[in-house]
Amino acid sequence: MNLESIPLQAFLIVSSALFCIGIWGLLNSRNAVRVLMSIELMLNAVNINLMAFSSFIDNNLIQGQVFTIFVITVAAAEAAVGLAILLSLYRNRVTVDMESFNLLKW
Amino acid sequence: MSIAITTQFICFIILSLVVIIGALGVVLLESIVYSAFLLGGVFMSVAGLYLLLNASFVAAAQVLVYVGAVNVLIIFAIMLVNKKEDLKPINDIKSRRVISLSICLTLLSLLIRVDLTNVWRLSSPQNSIGEESTIRIGEHLFSDYLLPFEVASVLLLMAMIGAIVLARRDVMSKDISTGLPVDQELIEKSSEPLLTNKN
Repeated sequence: MNLESIPLQAFLIVSSALFCIGIWGLLNSRNAVRVLMSIELMLNAVNINLMAFSSFIDNNLIQGQVFTIFVITVAAAEAAVGLAILLSLYRNRVTVDMESFNLLKW
Repeated sequence: MSIAITTQFICFIILSLVVIIGALGVVLLESIVYSAFLLGGVFMSVAGLYLLLNASFVAAAQVLVYVGAVNVLIIFAIMLVNKKEDLKPINDIKSRRVISLSICLTLLSLLIRVDLTNVWRLSSPQNSIGEESTIRIGEHLFSDYLLPFEVASVLLLMAMIGAIVLARRDVMSKDISTGLPVDQELIEKSSEPLLTNKN
């Protein structure tokens, strides 16, 4: 092993796998809290991608790290609003089953 | 970073295994409480990956915001909505699983192919900035990213007010404009209290 550092592709593969696991969970979960967790997994995959590119390609102006900070901020806001929506939904429907939220189905 | 390259590789392999297996556990485990705690583990390992990329400030922000705030919020939400319910079976669940799994695997193979075949134009001295990255982030946030930084504060304020408005329990008994009593059934379905019916 005579590489001088971990290759960029390793980070990209980890983040791709994490993103696809997040999509699978988003499509297949019955529990609404688990759907929110899958969204957080996907956001983390995007963050790993941004950080890897910022370290390997743009390492003088680390703009990827600044973008990651903003993504973390938006994810925190999204989690707060999402869980509040979930609580009021649970209060009205007395369930968190995703299959029972079909009000917008045509 | 001053760690030897072999140690970096071992750390990277352990962290990425924890990330992938933990994410699979988050998605696949039956109990949602286990999923929430595994999610905390995944967030911590992602912070470790950031440390391997020489980004100590973002790693600290990840631990503080994700593990300290988002994960705790998710655990509180599980505590508030944790009711054992028998889910109605879906008749075409098998085909749905197969279709979604094939979509995800196709996307994964596509992404991995792009990762491996594309020629990345890497900058020659890798990780040269190192410990200075916190200073650089501060300079960015107060010079060329000043407007997004300020807008983020407004966004957080809006999210806070929106979460409070959505999650509060007491609704107004009278309509503000007409003064007539509000039909509470429209706003909130009458139900037994959520926390007191545990036996």
